[in-house]
Amino acid sequence: MSAPHPDLLTLLAGFAAILVAASMIGYVLQSRLSPDGSNTAIENLNDRIRAWWVMVALMGLALMGGRTGVTLLFACCSFAALREFVTLTSTRRADHWALAGAFFAVLPIQYYLIWISWYGLYSIFIPVYAFLMMPIIAVLRGDTDNYLVRIAEVQWALMICVFCASHVPALMSLDIPGYEGKNVLLIAFLVIVVQISDVLQYVWGKLLGRTRIAPTLSPSKTVEGFVGGALSATLIGAGLAWMTPFTPPQAAFLSLVIVMMGFFGGLVMSAIKRDRGVKDWGHLIAGHGGFIDRLDSVVFSAPIFFHLVRYWWSVT
Amino acid sequence: MLAKFVAGLIVGFARFITAVQGKWEGSDPVGGQRVYFANHASHGDFILIWTVLPPRLRQRTRPVAAADYWLKGQLRRFIGRDVFNAVLIDRDRESRREDPITLMAAALDGGASLIVFPEGTRNTGETPLLPFKSGLYHLARARPDVDLVPVWIDNLNRVMPKGEIVPIPLVCTVTFGAPIRIAETQSKEEFIVRAEAALLALSPKVAAP
Repeated sequence: MSAPHPDLLTLLAGFAAILVAASMIGYVLQSRLSPDGSNTAIENLNDRIRAWWVMVALMGLALMGGRTGVTLLFACCSFAALREFVTLTSTRRADHWALAGAFFAVLPIQYYLIWISWYGLYSIFIPVYAFLMMPIIAVLRGDTDNYLVRIAEVQWALMICVFCASHVPALMSLDIPGYEGKNVLLIAFLVIVVQISDVLQYVWGKLLGRTRIAPTLSPSKTVEGFVGGALSATLIGAGLAWMTPFTPPQAAFLSLVIVMMGFFGGLVMSAIKRDRGVKDWGHLIAGHGGFIDRLDSVVFSAPIFFHLVRYWWSVT
Repeated sequence: MLAKFVAGLIVGFARFITAVQGKWEGSDPVGGQRVYFANHASHGDFILIWTVLPPRLRQRTRPVAAADYWLKGQLRRFIGRDVFNAVLIDRDRESRREDPITLMAAALDGGASLIVFPEGTRNTGETPLLPFKSGLYHLARARPDVDLVPVWIDNLNRVMPKGEIVPIPLVCTVTFGAPIRIAETQSKEEFIVRAEAALLALSPKVAAP
């Protein structure tokens, strides 16, 4: 492991500064308006800021750890996300070995393949091998009740929580001429654009939001929030071109793709939550709900971002 | 020392597999001596309750468990006696020398809180709760001043169904309800119906329309 790239340190210092400012604002708001903890909006804001500290610290550590650090971090995220997803499925006893295989074989193998950069296998391991093996394992128990629904749910859980999420650390394996040793910044770019877009959509929505964009799916999402958040996140993405192999217009285009995929990913995951009658995927991150609540937009944008960059920029 | 270390390992493993969350709805995780009575679907049930109890409460909370299971073999004996400090009772009416209620009352008199499973055995069927045995009633009669706290353990039966060896990671919750006590005039049947209802009301599947 080599020393972290100076650009990465600059970036992390920038985030620490933003979070210090956010924490100070949260503290002032709390002592002015909610000294006894009665204002739920401010309590939630402070919960979120505290969770952001943890997330930025973990992400920073992982990025400084390079390929191994990022792969480990996302393997853990996948594990937590898969745990939340499978909790909401209608799997039965007969799926026990298929599920054990998903957690303790498919997930580690996928991330091992990512770690050794075996593109030819990690890009088909779950869509082909797991897709065929899981129903075989499940069918051996002979329980046919809801069979198609059960295997489809497990396959979907694996695709979303493991396959798609693993495309974030997979960015480490791209070989971009003139960008050697800086691939962690590509991951930082993706994660920052997605998360900034989420935050800005929330902020624009709170400030100007009037027209609801998908009332049956997500009552808090508005047209104004979406447009404002998407445009400002695209601009910020263009401004981050210095840490990427892209020109500012290219960075803006890729940011727009990331933002759109992230937005619609959020809608898809909301639809699943509605279907299952829950508000959040879990309870592990205070103020944010579960892991999937925080990961949904990254998960949807990561594979597309990966393949666009691989097709146009990478030589491998 | 070793027992404490093993206890830490077991609690950590339970969190890793179930990300368990304790919900206190009607009672608080503080002070007082209690009898926690819970639904029983898996061997891991009291481990989960134990995991969500704050360490101070955990230290003096003892599960009530079957002696025939926990005294079989060195490892189980070590875990049952030394790690969990279980109150071991003999389920066989014919051969037992000590009355289970007397043992439990003695543990309460010694300052401990208890975890009991009034269904008497693991529920492996489709019904949410098996009919309670009379043990909880007799215990309540013997020590009427102790709060009886219903505890619903959700999802653990899916993590490790009977007969499986590998646990599946799934999110579990443990819900603590409002305490009940036995009324002086209450009959055994009335009390058991009330205790069953108090526990069942905490189940998300029953509570949701």
